Amino acid sequence: MTNSRAGRWTLAILAHLALLLAWYLFVHLGNVPKFVMPSPEATLNALLQPNYSWWTNIAVTGTEIFGGYLLALVVGVALALVFTWSKLLEAFFMPLLVSLNMIPKVALGPLIIVWFKYGVLPNSIMAFSIAVFPILLTTARGLREIEPELLDLVRSLKGSRWQLFTKIQLPGALPYIFSGMKVGAILAVAGAVVGEFLGSDKGLGYLMLQVQVTLDTPAMFMAVLIITLLGMLLYGLVLVLERVLVVKDARVV
Amino acid sequence: MAWSWSWSAYSSSRTPGLSEPFIHLAGVRKHYGEHLAISDASFDVMPGELLSLVGPSGCGKSTLLKILAGLHAHDGGELRIGSPSHPFDPSRDVGMVFQAPLLLKWRRILQNVMLPAEILGLSGAESRDRARHLLNMVGLAGNEDKYPYELSGGMQQRAAIARALVHDPKLVLMDEPFGALDALTREKMNLELLRIWKEAGKTIVFVTHGISEAVFLGTRVVVLTAGPARMADNFEVHLPHPRTLDLKTHERFGEYTRRIYRLLGME
Repeated sequence: MTNSRAGRWTLAILAHLALLLAWYLFVHLGNVPKFVMPSPEATLNALLQPNYSWWTNIAVTGTEIFGGYLLALVVGVALALVFTWSKLLEAFFMPLLVSLNMIPKVALGPLIIVWFKYGVLPNSIMAFSIAVFPILLTTARGLREIEPELLDLVRSLKGSRWQLFTKIQLPGALPYIFSGMKVGAILAVAGAVVGEFLGSDKGLGYLMLQVQVTLDTPAMFMAVLIITLLGMLLYGLVLVLERVLVVKDARVV
Repeated sequence: MAWSWSWSAYSSSRTPGLSEPFIHLAGVRKHYGEHLAISDASFDVMPGELLSLVGPSGCGKSTLLKILAGLHAHDGGELRIGSPSHPFDPSRDVGMVFQAPLLLKWRRILQNVMLPAEILGLSGAESRDRARHLLNMVGLAGNEDKYPYELSGGMQQRAAIARALVHDPKLVLMDEPFGALDALTREKMNLELLRIWKEAGKTIVFVTHGISEAVFLGTRVVVLTAGPARMADNFEVHLPHPRTLDLKTHERFGEYTRRIYRLLGME
C-alpha cells in the first residue's frame, strides 16, 4: 500500500480523518466544555456568525501572506543574482544579511507598526522580512553551485547577462530556490499572523484576538484552521510549481 | 570535406602559400598576479588540424585554452586566429567541450545540443535539424528526448561534443574531454573523436595529460611543462590516417611518446 501513489494518498487522507475522529470523540466522550475545546461541528458553526466577516478577514490575511511572500521571492532571487555579478557586493552585503537574519523578525513588529501604521502593508512587510532570508540564502547557494565552465561556455559565445540568467543560472538554481521557497512559505504565514497579533484592525489574527475576549473558542479554532489552510494552499502551489518546473533528477529534497 | 586523410595527403596540403595558419601564436605569455601561467607559447595550427596540447597539471594548458576561447586575455606576445581563407568570428566560431559533460539537467538532449545556437539567436528549425544530424553523427540517434541522467557518462560526453558543433564553429576547444571516463570508454571515444573530426572538418585543440592519447589523436603535438610554465616542444605527428588502435604498437608511435616522456622528465 505504501508503494503505489494511490495507496499513499489513501493513507494520508486516512491519517487526517483519524485525527478529526479523535478530536470528535475526545470532545464528546470527555464532555469537554466548549470554551476549552469545541467539537468539530461547533467549530464549523462558527462560520455562520456573520459579524465575524470571515471573507474579509480571509482576504486580508491571504493578501498579507501571498503579497509578502511574492515580494520575498522576487527580492530574494534578485539579490542573490546581483551577488553573482559582483564579488565585492556579495562580500560586503552577505555577512550583513546573515547578521540581519539573526534579528528575531517578530521583535521588529512594534517598530514596523511605528513606521508603517496598522494594516495590510506592515503585516505584508512582516511576512516578507521573515520569508526573504531562506529564499535569498538558498538561491545564492544554488547560483554558486553552477559549474563555472557552463558560464564559460555562454561567455565564449558572447551571451548576454540576461541569457546567462534565463538559460543557465535561474533554471540551474531552481531546485535550491524551491527548497528555500518551501521554508519561506511556512514562515510567511507565521509572519503575517504575528503581525496581526501585534497590531491590526483586520485579518484572521485580529479576529482571534477579538473572539478571545468573549471566549468564543470555536471561532478561534476556525481562524487557526483557515490560517492553516491558507498555508497549505501556498505550500501546495509551491509544490505544484516545483513539479512542473523542476526535472525530477534535479530536485533537492 | 573531401579529405582523404593519409600521411602523404596531409603533407601535400601543407604546400607553402596554399594555406596560412588558422591559429598563430608567437611568444604568448600570461600572468595571474605574480604567478606565471604560461610563457613562450609559439606554434601555428593549420585549418583542419587536430592539435594536442599535452602537459602535467599546472603547465598552463587550460589557461591557454581559455585564451584561445577569448575568455581570458593574454598579456604578452602575439595571438591571431583566422586567416583570409578561413575568417574567424570570436563570438560564434568557438565550440567548447569540458572534462565533465556539463549538460543542463533540466533540458532534454536535443535542447541541450541546441543551447549554443539559441544563445547566438540562430534559427530554431535549422538548428534543430542540425542538432538531430549531429546527434546522429555522434551515435546518439534516438536519444533526443531523454534527459541527461538517463545517459551514461560516455553518451553524455558525446552529446557535449554535438553541442560544441551545433553552431558550426570553425574552432573546437576540448579540455580533457575524456579524462573522467573509464579506460575502455576512453579508447572508444578517441576513435569516435577522430571519426567526428574527419566528418565535421573542424580545427580542434585538444588538451590532455594523456601522452599516448595526445600522439594518437593529434596531427600536431605541443608539449607544455610546469614549474616554470613554458612550451617545451611542438612537432607534427606523421602517422597515417585513418588511425587505428594498431598504430599504438607502431615504432614511430613509440618514438613520439618517448619524446614527450623525456621532456616531462619521466625517462
